[in-house]
Amino acid sequence: MGVKNQNGRLSTVVTTNERKMTSKQKLLYFIYLHRTGLAVTGLSLVLLVYPLFQDNPYNLGLSNLIAIYVIVVLGLNLFIGYAGQISLGHAAFFGLGAYGSAVGTVTLDLPAWPTMLIVALLVALIALLVGVPALRLSGHYLAMATLGCNIVVHTVMLQWDEVTGGPSGFSGVPPLTLGGFAFDDEIRFHYLVWSFALLSLLLCLNLVRSGVGRGLAALAGDETAAAALGVDTRRAKIKVFVLSAAMASLAGSLFAHCYGFVSPDSFGIFTSADMVIMVVIGGMGSVWGSLIGAGFITLLPEWMDIFDSYKDFVHGGILVLVLMFLPQGLITGLLEQIKIKIALRRRKDAAA
Amino acid sequence: MLQLEGIGKRFGGLPALDDVSFKVPRGQVTALIGPNGAGKSTLINCVSGILQPTSGQVTFVRQRITGEPAHRIARFGIARTFQNIKLFPRLTVLENVLTGLTCEGGQSMCMAMLRLPYLRHRERRLRLRAMEALDRFHLTDKANWPAEVLAYGDKKRVELARATVGNPQLILLDEPVAGLNAEETAAVAEQLKRLRIGGYTLLLVEHDMELVMDIADQVVVLDSGRCIATGTPDEIRHNPLVLEAYLGRMDATA
Repeated sequence: MGVKNQNGRLSTVVTTNERKMTSKQKLLYFIYLHRTGLAVTGLSLVLLVYPLFQDNPYNLGLSNLIAIYVIVVLGLNLFIGYAGQISLGHAAFFGLGAYGSAVGTVTLDLPAWPTMLIVALLVALIALLVGVPALRLSGHYLAMATLGCNIVVHTVMLQWDEVTGGPSGFSGVPPLTLGGFAFDDEIRFHYLVWSFALLSLLLCLNLVRSGVGRGLAALAGDETAAAALGVDTRRAKIKVFVLSAAMASLAGSLFAHCYGFVSPDSFGIFTSADMVIMVVIGGMGSVWGSLIGAGFITLLPEWMDIFDSYKDFVHGGILVLVLMFLPQGLITGLLEQIKIKIALRRRKDAAA
Repeated sequence: MLQLEGIGKRFGGLPALDDVSFKVPRGQVTALIGPNGAGKSTLINCVSGILQPTSGQVTFVRQRITGEPAHRIARFGIARTFQNIKLFPRLTVLENVLTGLTCEGGQSMCMAMLRLPYLRHRERRLRLRAMEALDRFHLTDKANWPAEVLAYGDKKRVELARATVGNPQLILLDEPVAGLNAEETAAVAEQLKRLRIGGYTLLLVEHDMELVMDIADQVVVLDSGRCIATGTPDEIRHNPLVLEAYLGRMDATA
């Protein structure tokens, strides 16, 4: 029973009814205790059977795109929601990953998987070099610095014709293969890309539930207080930045192999802004919210044509509204409001 | 245990602290008092590494800690609370207390992402310890509340729980009873006495003379950035310098 005491709200239940828990209570308690693991398992099962019910390649292509964005947004959410910083340049890392894989596999004729890994490591190194000076800044200045970094990378992609193919893009990136099995259609790619997305999700969930994650949450809350609790704030920020850049690069590689074609258009500053909007919709510091944010923004133009033509207006509008009324982000903001309402009511009850 | 030698701090040309020296003996409660603007909070910030003193040195258990960044000092075993409470409003009360165990939660991000069994067990132990700390401050029933809905007095207690949960060697308390009513102040005084009995060393900045005279073993008086007296509460009460500079002025305004 000692183990079960770890949870505050339930420990009272456990100690008063220590040997009298009904099987229903036990089941509920089991679900509560393993809620994260069960949720991840449930999601994996849904995704496992999804192609059986959905064989429209267009829809599968969309869900694959969501998975790719999920990987980026998870990393970015750690940086924005946990380290409490802002980056308007993650499309640069995403693009570097995509072009890295494209150039590596086509021009240099390297095997795809090691290229992906090496590119991610190189991008992490670039992020480190950018991050060490840039993360001395904060707020608007950091936003500007990362934005500038994105513009530089974008310009290089546009202008360096011999390597990147310039504005017309880079085509002919081969699909990924695993022991002769090529991930060349939407269904096969679905399994590949969602495996990566779920793995990232799991790693991020683990991270935020650990002591390191709590240190990061403290950092997002108050830098001085976090430092007084023993969090090396400068290092932690850089580490998360590098991690999120590596995740973006990995997503970029998958993007290149999925579509076989990359062009600078996909990696401009508006993509960066969209990624930030995905984080904001899902909620800062919410790992699960990243899924929702990536899904929502990717699907929005599909639901209504007008959102496609006036995409930037709509996205900008959403961003402004959410930040005005729910600065913690849409989903987390709403959930938090509910939690606070409940707690306040309980407080009132306790006082009465 | 903590030794300050000739600490000076200037903000621009303005001296906030000037040649402050005193010792904080192990296992005792040292109170730092002085009128507003005497430099008490600045001194606490210099010890905890949030500010760097411009001169002098701080020694903690024979180690020189001047110039070390705040997180290193925290890892030496110095915890603190803040005058204007710094809780993390987004986290629950339990999570807030758990942040006080950051130093013991593991440093490696990779290990944390893999969540190996040893980390899972450690996490369980830390949670138990955090619950114990909450229990000491009678906050167990609010463990899962978001910290921002707590009443002011409860927030102060959560901050105390967070500062003590990691069993630090020295706790710096910046006005632990500011803004509390008489009843809550008495409760905090009780907690502080219990911490003292538990062997903790406390350095406390406080305006509440009654509390200071009640729980302090040693009182250090600052005035305009200078240390004007050090002694037991009784000695301080009868020190003419202090009476003139501090208590005298209070009498005049009271």
